[in-house]
Amino acid sequence: MKARVHVTLKDGVLDPQGKAIHRALETLGFAGVRDARQGKVIDLELDGADESDARQQVDRMCRQLLANTVIEDYTIEFV
Amino acid sequence: MKAALVLFPGTNRETDMADALRRAGADVVTAWHRDPELPAADLVVLPGGFSHGDYLRCGAMAARAPVMAAVVRSAERGVPVLGVCNGFQILIEAGLLPGALLKNAGLQFVCRTVHLRLERRCRLSGHLEAGDIIRVPVAHGDGNYFADRDLAARLEDEDRVVFRYVPDGRGDGNPNGSTGDIAGIINQAGNVLGMMPHPEDATGPRQQSRDALPFFEGIVDSLS
Repeated sequence: MKARVHVTLKDGVLDPQGKAIHRALETLGFAGVRDARQGKVIDLELDGADESDARQQVDRMCRQLLANTVIEDYTIEFV
Repeated sequence: MKAALVLFPGTNRETDMADALRRAGADVVTAWHRDPELPAADLVVLPGGFSHGDYLRCGAMAARAPVMAAVVRSAERGVPVLGVCNGFQILIEAGLLPGALLKNAGLQFVCRTVHLRLERRCRLSGHLEAGDIIRVPVAHGDGNYFADRDLAARLEDEDRVVFRYVPDGRGDGNPNGSTGDIAGIINQAGNVLGMMPHPEDATGPRQQSRDALPFFEGIVDSLS
């Protein structure tokens, strides 16, 4: 089973990398981009077949290591 | 008085830190990230560097290393703990200090001397007095201290901001966008101090100032 974790900065947390990407897109002539935020994707290959067990386990992984919940949100999807 | 330096793969300021502690009169021992216990010590120090290549988040891997369980136990027993730069990032990731350290607001790695004001005396302020301004280098890419409004208010109410960036002669102050110009904070119990600037690099010859020598001398004296 494969899980994909998306980690993104919470709203209100300054994202200077996202701002730099936004400016670079404007430099390239892409108009109409209102904002850019950068995040991370972490793919996990898991043993077992029970998605709800796996979701609980990945949720614990996110809280303990993969995300810093002071500044980041995370979502888990199974792919 | 004995200080234990905690080392991780990628720590690189341990020699400077050991020099500063020895100049102040301390004996220095080291612990490695896989050690399950710390050597007996009066002070635990996490020096700077780029532990585990800053993978995932600065300090994230180091904070989950076996030795950190021992650091947390020592802190809970009341042993003084000092974390500088990456050491500060590790203390935050380990939950010993609140908040987070984000990428510098200007995106650039900042390497220069800053002016730091001691906001309050504490167990880990050495011979410095409140209001003293010392010249100390910073060298970091992720030193932007983030505290949401509630945490920022709590830190101020509880008088836990120990060091703050103040403008130097050219008017340059906060180098990284930190909330409230915060450069260093202490935990509620008053025995765990984390700071981004490098006081160890302002203690001896061939360094730009020796302003931080009284900081180390006072800490060592108080624990001897």
